[in-house]
Amino acid sequence: MKIVVCVKQIQNPEIPPVQFRVDEEAKAVIPVSGLSPVLSPYDEQAVEAALRIRDAAGEGSDIEITVVTIAPAGARAGIKAALALGADNAVLLSEPTFDGSGGYVTARNLAETIRAIGDVDLILTGRQAADWDAGVVGLGIAEILDIPAITFACDVQVTDGVVTVQRVLEDGIETVEADLPALVTISNELGKVRYASMRETMRAAKKPIRDWSPEDIGLDEAQVGFNAVRHVLERLYIPINDIECEYIEGDTAAEMAASLAQRLREAELV
Amino acid sequence: MTENINGVLVFVEMVDNQPVELGLEMLGLARRISDSHGGTVTAVVFGTNLEGVGDNLIAYGADQVLINDNVIFDNFHAEAWLPDLSKIVAEVAPAIVLIGHSLSGTDLAPRLAFRLDIDVATGCESIEIVNGRPHMTRSCFGGLAREVVTFNKTPAVATIRSKTQQALTPMMERAGEFKFVSSILDLNSLRSRVIKREREKTVGVKLESAKIVISGGLGLGGPEGFNTLNEIAELVDGAVGASRAACDLDWCPRSYQVGLTGRTVAPELYLAVGISGASHHMAGCGNAKTIVSINSDPAAAIFKSSRFGIVGNCQEVMPALVEEIKKLKA
Repeated sequence: MKIVVCVKQIQNPEIPPVQFRVDEEAKAVIPVSGLSPVLSPYDEQAVEAALRIRDAAGEGSDIEITVVTIAPAGARAGIKAALALGADNAVLLSEPTFDGSGGYVTARNLAETIRAIGDVDLILTGRQAADWDAGVVGLGIAEILDIPAITFACDVQVTDGVVTVQRVLEDGIETVEADLPALVTISNELGKVRYASMRETMRAAKKPIRDWSPEDIGLDEAQVGFNAVRHVLERLYIPINDIECEYIEGDTAAEMAASLAQRLREAELV
Repeated sequence: MTENINGVLVFVEMVDNQPVELGLEMLGLARRISDSHGGTVTAVVFGTNLEGVGDNLIAYGADQVLINDNVIFDNFHAEAWLPDLSKIVAEVAPAIVLIGHSLSGTDLAPRLAFRLDIDVATGCESIEIVNGRPHMTRSCFGGLAREVVTFNKTPAVATIRSKTQQALTPMMERAGEFKFVSSILDLNSLRSRVIKREREKTVGVKLESAKIVISGGLGLGGPEGFNTLNEIAELVDGAVGASRAACDLDWCPRSYQVGLTGRTVAPELYLAVGISGASHHMAGCGNAKTIVSINSDPAAAIFKSSRFGIVGNCQEVMPALVEEIKKLKA
């Protein structure tokens, strides 16, 4: 069985908010210097979901896990992290012609890559990338490939050509199944991701990474990157937050609580 | 008045045969857009037992209500809803399609966009029409930034965050028309099957409609920390929420999660207890009128959004606060 996990490497989303800056002129995020990119956390969980499926299949299973990413040639941190977790191989779309983002273009590039890999049974993505937070690409890939998609998974199991997914609802859990091939997007409720073992990290260096051009995935230059982008980013900015916090003082917890309760009452909040 | 646009279509989700609040909020937005830029407001509802919903949605701002009353639509299932919604959107051909930024809406909207070969902006907080083009402002980078996007193709699909728009005061005398449409869904075409649904019972006030929300995070120290939150919620008729970190540790049901990937609330008072204020959390509570926070770390980001703050140990402050609120309520 072939599993493809689509991943994205991004600037660490857990940086302190004060370090996050944008260039409004260029409409771009100013990278924090000296910070290595990380796998987008939901994508890391998508890798984990693939590894759990392989673990459940047991030793000697025929499950092959391929990670696919669009990133500049020098930026392999995301792929390496996924391989170190246990993925078998990777496909990288690194040519500069792939530059330029947007859900539509990205979904198309990834869908055509998956078609070119061939005979893929299950595609996993994060529910959204933790930079633009759009949550569009996974569903887009499924629509382009005309396969069923199940979103917001917290558990994924495969038995006899059927994927069974526990998916998160606002007020509960739903079990949905689909015949393979299918696409599943993974939510944070999937839980903890394993650590990369020393052994797997060493092995990762030797795992095959294929670097494909638009031609390799059957697209021409007009169909990828900036040439194909259909949205216009009019503005990018950091919203201003000008609240002055009044700190409630007190020698003991009880004093502080009493004075907070008093303030809330004065403000007619309680 | 700037250039006119071709109307707004609002997909209104139903729960227990009633339109969800977010649906009414989006109708308010659609009405405001249409009043200044022309075009009609079309509301679309899927479900069963929808008598009365037509008049109700007209009262909230719709000119036209399309009702797809079919037992298939009793529960949300994106794949099953898509063929009908795609057909309706293609026929109405509005300039903008508004869908709620709920888990169902975020499951449905991107599929709709790709199926119709148009584009979608998720998690929008506002839409302005500039030179006849919808400018959609959405939160990104975990809530740290906002982007304004426009699309080259129409209609533009946008999912709208809860509590970012004002519903209109309903006017029963508003004129409009509603009609029933029939489903084109071929059940044999479905490739995914819903096997089971388990819903948690909501106890007390619903998070989204509560005037006071008390949320807990890692600073509570453990699941038992939620006891004092529940006590306060009961005293003030509020609801209890949580940070993602607390939910991930199973300290509380995951339906409590407030934030980017959880619920969005905008209460009068948001009491954040032991929550650091990561931007993905603030994305779910940033529109609260007043935020009050208790945290042991004086550098916690949450204080930057708070009107009142206590730097202290939640596990000590909270029991004391329960007692104080009991006194106020006595």
